Amino acid sequence: MSAPLRPAPPVVPPPPPSRLRDVEGLVLSPLRPTTRRPAVLVGSLSVLLTVGLWLGDLHPGAAVAAGALTHLVLLYAVYRVLGGHRVAVDHVMRALVHLAFGLALLPLVSLLWTVLTLGGGRGFDPQFLWQTMNGVTGLHDQAYAEGRGDFVGGAFHAIVGTLVITGLATLISVPVGLFTAIYLVEYAAGNRLSSAVRFLVDVMTGIPSIVAGLFAFALFAQIFGLRDAKMGLAGAVALSVLMIPTVVRNSEEMLRIVPNELREASLALGVPKWRTIARIVLPTAASGLASGITLAVARVIGETAPLLVAVGYARALSWNPFEGPMNTLAVYAYFMFTKPLSPAVREPSLERAWAAALLLVLIVVALNLLARLIARLFAPKTGR
Amino acid sequence: MTTSTRPARRRPAAPRRPGDLAFAGLSLGSASLILLVLAGVAFFLAREGVPALTADPEEVTGGAGFGRYVLPLVIGTVISSVIAMVVATPVAVGIALFISHYAPRRVGTAVGFVVDLLAAVPSVVFGMWGLAVLAPQLGPLFGWLERNLGFLPFFGEASATGRTLLTASIVLAVMILPIITSVSREVFLQTPRLHEEAALALGATKWEMIRTAVLPFGTPGVVGGTMLGLGRALGETMAVAIILAPGALSWNLLGSGNKTIPSEIALNFPEAAGLRLSELIAAGLVLFLITLAVNLVARWIVARRAAFSGAGG
Amino acid sequence: MSKRIDVKDLDIYYGDFQAVRGVGMTIEPRSVTAFIGPSGCGKSTFLRTLNRMHEVIPGARVEGEVLIDGQNLYGRDVDPVDVRRQVGMVFQRPNPFPTMSIKENVLAGLRLNARRLSGRAADELAERALRGANLWNEVKDRLDKPGSGLSGGQQQRLCIARAIAIQPEVILMDEPCSALDPISTLAIEDLINELKSDYTVVIVTHNMQQAARVSDRTGFFNLKETGQPGELVEYDSTQTIFNNPRQKATEDYISGRFG
Repeated sequence: MSAPLRPAPPVVPPPPPSRLRDVEGLVLSPLRPTTRRPAVLVGSLSVLLTVGLWLGDLHPGAAVAAGALTHLVLLYAVYRVLGGHRVAVDHVMRALVHLAFGLALLPLVSLLWTVLTLGGGRGFDPQFLWQTMNGVTGLHDQAYAEGRGDFVGGAFHAIVGTLVITGLATLISVPVGLFTAIYLVEYAAGNRLSSAVRFLVDVMTGIPSIVAGLFAFALFAQIFGLRDAKMGLAGAVALSVLMIPTVVRNSEEMLRIVPNELREASLALGVPKWRTIARIVLPTAASGLASGITLAVARVIGETAPLLVAVGYARALSWNPFEGPMNTLAVYAYFMFTKPLSPAVREPSLERAWAAALLLVLIVVALNLLARLIARLFAPKTGR
Repeated sequence: MTTSTRPARRRPAAPRRPGDLAFAGLSLGSASLILLVLAGVAFFLAREGVPALTADPEEVTGGAGFGRYVLPLVIGTVISSVIAMVVATPVAVGIALFISHYAPRRVGTAVGFVVDLLAAVPSVVFGMWGLAVLAPQLGPLFGWLERNLGFLPFFGEASATGRTLLTASIVLAVMILPIITSVSREVFLQTPRLHEEAALALGATKWEMIRTAVLPFGTPGVVGGTMLGLGRALGETMAVAIILAPGALSWNLLGSGNKTIPSEIALNFPEAAGLRLSELIAAGLVLFLITLAVNLVARWIVARRAAFSGAGG
Repeated sequence: MSKRIDVKDLDIYYGDFQAVRGVGMTIEPRSVTAFIGPSGCGKSTFLRTLNRMHEVIPGARVEGEVLIDGQNLYGRDVDPVDVRRQVGMVFQRPNPFPTMSIKENVLAGLRLNARRLSGRAADELAERALRGANLWNEVKDRLDKPGSGLSGGQQQRLCIARAIAIQPEVILMDEPCSALDPISTLAIEDLINELKSDYTVVIVTHNMQQAARVSDRTGFFNLKETGQPGELVEYDSTQTIFNNPRQKATEDYISGRFG
C-alpha cells in the first residue's frame, strides 16, 4: 500500500474514497495466507489421540467423539493464529462437512458388516435356501443347540412369497403407473385433472407403509370377510399403493426428456398418436423407464409392515397368493428376530433372521446396481 | 397442418382410431384410478375404524375412549420423529454440501450412490441392527447422560438394554438421512454459478461463499426436504417396533416406555380382533391424516421455492 | 488505490488443453484497458486469471507470473481469497444476491471482511459506493428493497457498487454490458470513465466501439485456428490499435473482415 501520490484532489462527484481502514466504526478482519499443512498435522494429532484413548480403554464412540472435538478446537486455534478468524472458520466448516460424511458412513458400514457377519453363516447355506419352516419347532432348535440334531428350517417359503407378492405388485403397478405417466405427459397438457393427479401422486408418496397395509386389509375384509382377508394378493395391493407413485414419478420424468421433435417427426409422417407413443416415445425412454421400475421394485421388496398386516405369517410353502397367508423375507426376519421359536435357545432363530436380512440386503443392492447398469448401458445414444 | 388443403373434408372425418381410443382410455383410467385409490384409503380406514370411535369408552383399550387411547401414541410418534429430524438435518446438510461443493465430482457421485444405498436398506434390517448393535453401544452414553444431565426431565433413569425411544429416534434419523440429503443436494447443485462467483469475487472464503450464495438459495429446499423426512419418520414402523420396549407415555427418553402409532399397530395387529382391530385401524387413520398434513406442508414449501427461483432467475 | 499489473509469459491450461499461450503485458494504473477479440480467443479466461477466478473451474491452472505492484499473485504464500479482495470483478450478467436488499448487496463484501461494522459506518460506506456507481439517486429511497427488482442496467451498476465498496486495487469487467440495452450501456460506460480516476480498470468487450470509447489501451487476442491456444496479438494505445495497427490480423478484425 503506497502513500497517495496524487497532486491535487479531483473535484468530480465521487469523492476520493478514504481508505477503508480509516473509516470509523469499521474494523477489518485481516486474512493471512495459509497452507493445508497445519490442518494435516492437526488431523494426524487428533487421530493419534483417538487411537490412544481407544487403546486406553475408553469406549470407542467416546474416543472418536473426543478426537473429533479436539480436531475442531485445535483446527480453529491454529488457523486463528496463522490466518485469522475467517480462515479458521473456513477450515472448521470444511472439517465439519467431512465429519458429517464420515458420520453417515458409519451406520452404513456397521450395518453391512453386521448383516454380513451374522447372516453369512446361514445365508449362503443351500439347506437354508431350500427348506421351509413347516413343522419346525423350538424343540428342533434345542436339539441342534445341544448337538442332538441338525440345523433345520429355512426361508424357501419366504423367498417364494417375496417373489410372488412383489411380482404381483409389479404387475399391478407398472401398467397403472406407466399409463398414468403417459396420461400426464402425452394427453393432459396441464388440465385440471392432471394437476390433481400429480398432487395426489405426491400425497400417495407420503402414505406410511403400514397405512397402505391397513387399507389393503380393510378392502379385502370388505370383500372376503375378516377371517379370509389375509392373502398374498392383499399384500400385493398394499405394495402397489406404495409403488405406483414411484413408478409414476420416475416414468413421468423419463417421458418428459424425450425430445418433442421425435414426436412431431412421427406425427408428421401420419402415424397415429398411440402408435407414436408406443413405437417412438416408449422405446426412446425404455432404459430410463426400466431403471425407474427396478428402483421402485427395490423400494418395496423389503417392506415389512404392510405385509405383516395384510398377508399375515405362514410357516409352510404357499404359491397361491389368492388364499391364505404367505411369508416374505422381511416378515420372516422380523418374526425370527423378535419371536424366536424357542425362547430358551434363541441363537438358531437369530441366525435365520440375519440370514434373511442378508438375502434382502443383497437383493436390494443388486436391484440398485441393476438399475444403474440399465440406465447406463441402454441409454439412447443421442443423449440429452 | 392440412387445414388449408381440404378443410371441408377434414372436419367430419377426424376418425378416432380404436387404437387411439384405447390408449387414451387406458391412460385416463389409470390416472383416475389413483384418485380412486386415495379416496379408497380414506374410506376403508374410516369404515373399519368407526366402531372404535363410537364404542362405549369403557370398552376401548385403556377404558377412557379412543381419544385418550390414541393421544399418547400421537405424542410418542411426534417426539421420536422430531428428534430424528433434528439429529438428521445438520448431518444431511453437511453431506449434501460435501457432495455438491467439497468433494471432487467423481467422489461426489460415488457418495451420492452410497447415500442412495442407505435409503434402500429395508427398515426391518435397520431395526435389527439398531437393537443388536446400536442399542448396546448407546448404553454407556445413556448412563453418562443420566449421571451428568439427569436434572433434565427427559434424561431420567437409563435403561440397561438401550431399548428406548432415543435409540429408536437415532435409527429413524439414519433412515431419513438419505431423503433430506438428496433434496438438499439437488437444491445446492442448482445454486446459480453467477451468485457463487459473485461471492468469490468479493473475496469470500469457500465457507463464506456457501453462506452468502448457496445456503440462502437452498434454505426453502432444505426445509422442504426436512419435512419430507419428518413425514417418513412419522410413518416408519419396523425400526421402532423392534427397538422400543413399549410402555406408558413418559418424558424419559433414556428409559423404556412410550409407543408410536405404527409400532403399536405392527405389534398388536397379528393377534387383534373385533374392537381392538377397529382401534388399530382408526389409529392408522390418525397417522394417515398427520403424515398427510406434514407432506402437504412440505410439498407446498418445495413448490414455493420452485416458483421463487423461477421468478428470481 | 490503483496498482500496476505486470503479466509475464502467462500460459493457461484447462487440464491438458492449453487455452492461452505466452501473454505478457503491463497494465497501467488509473487507466482503462480493454481486451477485444473473437469468441473463444481466451480473453475472458485471461481476465479471470488476474484475480484467480479461473481456479473455480476444476483442472484450471496457469504457468507464469502476474505481478500487482511487484507482488506475484501466484506466489507460494498468496491466498486466492485475499487476491480477490484486492482485485474486484464485475460479470457478464448482473448477479446481485437475490435474497439480499440493495443495501445488503452493496455491503456484502464489507460484511465478509469486517470484524465489526457499525450501523453508521455501514450507511456511510453503502452511500459512498452507490454514489461511486452513479446509482445513489435512483435507489436511495428503496435501499431495503431486493436488488432483483432493479432494471438490468441498475443491477449491473449495483454489482459495480458492490465491487467498489471494498475498495479493490483493480476492477475487472467481463463484458459488463453484453446483457444490457444501449441506454444502460451508456450509463455504464460513463461510469467506467469516472472509475478510472481511482481504479485500474480492465474490461473485456465484444463491442469494438465500446473499446474505442472507454479504453486508454487495448489488447487484441486471437487464435490461429480452433483448437489452438489463444494469444495476445497486439497490445498498444487504443488510438494506435484502432487507427494504425501494426499487425495484419488486428487490422482485419478492426475493419470487420472476420470474427
